[in-house]
Amino acid sequence: MKSLKHLADKPWERKGIIGGLKPEGVFDTAAEKVALGFFLVVATVLFSLFTISYFIRMELPDWRPLAEPAQLWLNTGLLVLSSALFQLARNKVKRGEARNVLTLYLAGGIVAFLFIAGQLLVWGGLQEAGVYLTPNPAASFYYLLTGVHALHLLGGLWVWSKTSIRLLSGSEPKDVRLSIELCTLYWHFLLVVWLALFAILSNT
Amino acid sequence: MAYVPLADQEVELHHPHSWVTKYVWSQDHKVIAIQYGGTAIAVGLVALVLSLFMRMQLGFPETFDLIDPNSYYQSVTMHGMIMVIYLLTALFLGGFGNYLIPLMCGARDMVFPFMNMLSYWVYLVSVIILLASFFVSGGPTGAGWTLYPPQTSMAGTPGHDMGIVLMLVSLAVFIVAFTMGGLNYVVTVLQYRCRGLTMMRLPLAVWGIFVATVLGLFAFPALLVAAIMMLFDTLIGTSFFMPAVIESGTALNYDGGSPILFQHLFWFFGHPEVYIVALPAFGLVSDVLSTHARKNIFGYRMMVWAIIVIGLLSFIVWAHHMYVSGMHPYFGFFFATTTLIIAVPTALKVYNWVLTLWEGDIRMNAPMYFAIGFIFTFIHGGLTGLFLGNVVIDLPLSDTYFVVAHFHMVMGVSPILVLFAALYHWFPKMSGRMYHEGMAKLHFWCTFLGTYAIYLPMHYLGIHGVPRRYYALGTTEFMAPATQDANTAITIAALFVGASQLLYFINMFWSLRYGEKSGPNPWGANSLEWQTPDTPPIHGNWGDTLPTVYRWAYDYSVPGAHEDFIPQNTPESEEPTVDEEHFDPDHDVSKADL
Repeated sequence: MKSLKHLADKPWERKGIIGGLKPEGVFDTAAEKVALGFFLVVATVLFSLFTISYFIRMELPDWRPLAEPAQLWLNTGLLVLSSALFQLARNKVKRGEARNVLTLYLAGGIVAFLFIAGQLLVWGGLQEAGVYLTPNPAASFYYLLTGVHALHLLGGLWVWSKTSIRLLSGSEPKDVRLSIELCTLYWHFLLVVWLALFAILSNT
Repeated sequence: MAYVPLADQEVELHHPHSWVTKYVWSQDHKVIAIQYGGTAIAVGLVALVLSLFMRMQLGFPETFDLIDPNSYYQSVTMHGMIMVIYLLTALFLGGFGNYLIPLMCGARDMVFPFMNMLSYWVYLVSVIILLASFFVSGGPTGAGWTLYPPQTSMAGTPGHDMGIVLMLVSLAVFIVAFTMGGLNYVVTVLQYRCRGLTMMRLPLAVWGIFVATVLGLFAFPALLVAAIMMLFDTLIGTSFFMPAVIESGTALNYDGGSPILFQHLFWFFGHPEVYIVALPAFGLVSDVLSTHARKNIFGYRMMVWAIIVIGLLSFIVWAHHMYVSGMHPYFGFFFATTTLIIAVPTALKVYNWVLTLWEGDIRMNAPMYFAIGFIFTFIHGGLTGLFLGNVVIDLPLSDTYFVVAHFHMVMGVSPILVLFAALYHWFPKMSGRMYHEGMAKLHFWCTFLGTYAIYLPMHYLGIHGVPRRYYALGTTEFMAPATQDANTAITIAALFVGASQLLYFINMFWSLRYGEKSGPNPWGANSLEWQTPDTPPIHGNWGDTLPTVYRWAYDYSVPGAHEDFIPQNTPESEEPTVDEEHFDPDHDVSKADL
């Protein structure tokens, strides 16, 4: 890696300009993308720690495994669809096409809302079945993990709504290309997180 | 995609149009830095007063009626939490990070100025929530700054209802603020350095702040996870951490939670937190020492690597805070080993600071006093860390005054001395005026000698077995009667140190108005912040053209040069040629090949 090699530089030996005519960042990409990259690592740490806590808590005797409702498969499908729609919008805008970008992008966000609604329905179903936040720690973790995941998705939807408003009020897709790319990346990340959470929740 | 950094963008900066946008809702990193710094110091003063309340109680039990046992524990808790998070973390990263990163990187501002502004205001909200806990029924939490369950939520602990809730909410809000600021600092350092400024030409201050911010970004989630789960336990009655407990004969509605899990999460954040505070201090003090010793920093590359290695190691030592929690001996062995390994890069840094001073043309200015004072206190606090890092020595010393003395020396006094070194060092740049040198030196001696008078005896009390966290020691068989005398002396020293901090504030306010004009570069420093066209730097920092960097930040006392410093933005062509007649290669201090 270029930046790692730089760590061996002896700055006291070399004088003069290093690099080209322009300032150079460590990463050859937009600052927003670097920031999102860091944020995704932060979020990964967050979800990893929740997961580790889950496994540690699971070992204790009062843990009673939860039977996850089948509707979660449908919800997972919705999130996959949402991610795919974002990817299609991103592919188009990357190729410089403007047609259908707005539709795909809006649809991606709306399907994500449907996913959250689906998650809420599962919550309602669990409550009807008498599975509350307390006393079973497995249920506590179920509500906590799905809730934190949904909150991250809502944060993404806030950015999505801002970009959507710009697109609806006449901005060209190429003007919001970066936002679309970042949203897509974030959606894929949340999809991977959900798949991991779903796998853990269903198998324990 | 072609990438255009902010440094070179033609885009208009967010120029302020009114007093409110200039000084209140400002997006200028320098104003935000001062807002962060001012708030942190203000809340830090609250914590200082709390510590004096505790000392009055310990030094003169049954003499003053200032605090009762409950408010003693509340003072302990709030003092610790405020000092570590709301003062030190916020002042080093929010204050100095904000002020110095764009200036030292030759940028006009942070990458995301709006998010930067938001970071400060969210931080302020977290401080307000924290302070609000003083005014709710039951008062603030008295669970100790580590907030260990189940005691946090038990009826015997003060603030077990509203106090703990406000504390946890405040921490969560702080973490949101820190993440917004932290992403800014990291991306600005990585992407927005000016032309010619490679990562390895950055001043060590930026390296320290940068790595500390990365640590913060990856460590604070652990505290967030712990805070969220504890909030659930407290408010909703889940049992993430709360085990089955019987309180005054009644079984509580908790079952099976793991208090040890909380400890792991807390210290997975808590130990890197030590370095979130220490690494910026390491960086800032390196620059102060080098500038005032008129000598390049010794072993620049080693210093950078040491910062990175310490940062990495700080994530695998956390359980040395938990030796007494009953862990597997091999587990303790692992953490003792990693803890001792971290002493290697840390000691390397200390040697390099001392070697930077060696044969330097030392100017004994007030910042230099504080910087050299830091080397003393840090060696002292670091060495006692080696004691406590070993399981067998830690077990008897755990929960005694020895631990209190250790962590106050290493992460209380040491970073505070660096903070003062930095505040005096950069004051001329921030205000355009010089501080009063004599008053600053008096401030140093009062603080330096005073803190030794506080913490040196505490080591002996600790070895003697005097337990920490006690409201009143009373009389026991194992504590000598002199224990109380020592405690009284410590309290007098603490009151003296507390009062002597007024010197700093008087100096700053007096100098802001009456101080001598400093000019742009009173210390003859090389790094970019001293080369701005205006002092204090105005919005946008650099006037029409951004600086270009031709060298590292430590070209001091270069043989043959007309002056004893060559700023980073001096091109080679303007560099004075070596006067061969007077050049002795054996004494070429600028070419230390490390």
